Amino acid sequence: MNGVAASPAGGGLVAAIGGVVRRDVLLAMRRRMDVLTSVVFFVIVASLFPLGVGPEMATLRIIGPGVLWVGALLASMLSLGRLFASDYADGTLEQMLVQPNPLSLLVLGKVWAHWLSTGLPLVVLAPVLGLQYGLGLDTLGILVVSLLLGTPALSLVGAVGAALTLGLRGGGVLLALLVLPLYIPVLIFGAGAVEAHISGLGAGGHLALMGAFLVASSVLSPWAAAAALRISLD
Amino acid sequence: MAINWFKYASPATFYPLAGRMLPWFVWTTVVLMAVGVYMGLFLAPTDYKQGEAYRIMFIHVPAAWMSMWLYVVMAVYAAIGLIYKTRLSSMMAAATAPTGALFAFAALWTGAFWGRPMWGAWWVWDARLTSELILLFLYLGVMALRSAIDEPGRADRASGLLALVGVVNVPIIYFSVKWWNTLHQGASLKFSGSAMAPSMLWPMLVLTFAFWSYSFVTILLRVRCEILERERHADWVIDLLDNGPSGNRGR
Repeated sequence: MNGVAASPAGGGLVAAIGGVVRRDVLLAMRRRMDVLTSVVFFVIVASLFPLGVGPEMATLRIIGPGVLWVGALLASMLSLGRLFASDYADGTLEQMLVQPNPLSLLVLGKVWAHWLSTGLPLVVLAPVLGLQYGLGLDTLGILVVSLLLGTPALSLVGAVGAALTLGLRGGGVLLALLVLPLYIPVLIFGAGAVEAHISGLGAGGHLALMGAFLVASSVLSPWAAAAALRISLD
Repeated sequence: MAINWFKYASPATFYPLAGRMLPWFVWTTVVLMAVGVYMGLFLAPTDYKQGEAYRIMFIHVPAAWMSMWLYVVMAVYAAIGLIYKTRLSSMMAAATAPTGALFAFAALWTGAFWGRPMWGAWWVWDARLTSELILLFLYLGVMALRSAIDEPGRADRASGLLALVGVVNVPIIYFSVKWWNTLHQGASLKFSGSAMAPSMLWPMLVLTFAFWSYSFVTILLRVRCEILERERHADWVIDLLDNGPSGNRGR
C-alpha cells in the first residue's frame, strides 16, 4: 500500500483499481457456487415462462426478448447483496475508506469486478436461452449487444442501492424496492432495442440511448455509491 | 429587512412557528378546495368532445403536478440536510414523502378513471404513466429505506441520498409526452399561454393551490410530530409537555 499512498494520482491509482478488480474476481472464482446460483436462477426463470405461458412458438417469439431481459435484470439484482456484504463483514471496506485513493474509483473497480463475475455470464448465456424462444440469429446478436450495454449499467445503479442497504435488516427485499424503479429505463430500452429490431425499425436509437445510460451511470453512480458507503459505515 | 433564516432552522423555534402557520393553511385549503370544486363541477362547461368525464382532470392534473413538485421539494430538503447537516431539513424531507406519494397515487388513480371512458382502458403502458408509476415507487423506496434504519441520523442521510438519485426521474416525467409521442396528451397549459378555455383553466389552478396548501397542512402536522418524537429528550420539549404550550399559541 505504500506505493499507492506515495502517488495517489498517478499509476498508483490504476494499480489500486486493478488490484480491487483482480481481488474481487479472484474471490468470486473461489466461491464459484455464488456466481453459479445467479446464472442458474436466470436459466430457471427463462425456462419457467414457456411453461406458464404455453409452448406456442409465435407467442414465445414475441415475449422472448422481454422475458430474457427481465430474467437477466432479476438475476443481476439478486447478486447485488454480495457486492459489498463480505467486505463490510470483514472490515475491508473500512480500510478502503481510509486509504488515500478516491473511494468512488475503488467502487467503480468493485462494480466492474461484480459485472465480470455475474453480468458477463448472463450475457454469454442469453443467446442460448434465446434459442428456446425461437429468436433468429440477428435478433440474438442485438440481444447480446443490448445486454452488453445494459448489464454494466444495472450493476452500476445497483451499487448505489447495495451501498445504501448495507447491513440493514430485510436488506434484500428493501434493495429490490430501491433498485427496481431505477432499473426500469434500462429495461425499457434494452428490451425495446430487440423488439425494434424484430419489427424492422432498427435498434440503433435504442442502443445509442443504452450507451448514454452506461456512460452517465458510470460517471454518476460510483460517486453516489461512495457517498452511500460513507453513510452506511459512519 | 433582514430576516435571520437560520433562526427557524432550529426545531425548537420552528415547532411553534409551524403551529402558528397551520390554521392559516387549513382555512386556505378549505376555502380553495370548496371554491375549486364548485367551479369545476358547476361553472365549467361540458366539454364538447369528452363530455362530463373530463372534470376529473381538475383533480388529476393538480395531483400530478404536486407529486412532481413535492418530489423536488423533498430532494431540495434532503440536499440541504446532507450539505449543511441541519436536522430540520431532513425532518421536512421525511414529512414530505408521504404526501408526495399520496398525490402520485391520486394522479394514477384519477388517471385510470379518466382513461376508462376516454381511451377505453384503465391503464396503458404509456411513457408518462410509466414514469409517474416509477415516481410512486421512488417515494415508497425513500420511505421504506427511512423506516428500515433505526438510527435517525443515518436514516436521514441514506434516504436523502436516495431521493437525490431519484430526482433524475422528474424531468423525464415532465418531458415524457414531448420525447415519446405516445397516448398521453401534451401539456395544455404552458408558460407561453394556455390552450384551455379560462372557465376550465381556473378550477384547475384554484385546485392546484388548494392541493399545495393541503400539502403544507399535512407536512407541517407531520413535521411537528417528527420534531416532538426526535427531540423528546430536549429540555424545551419536556417543558412543553409538562406545562403545556407557554403563551397562547400552539396546538
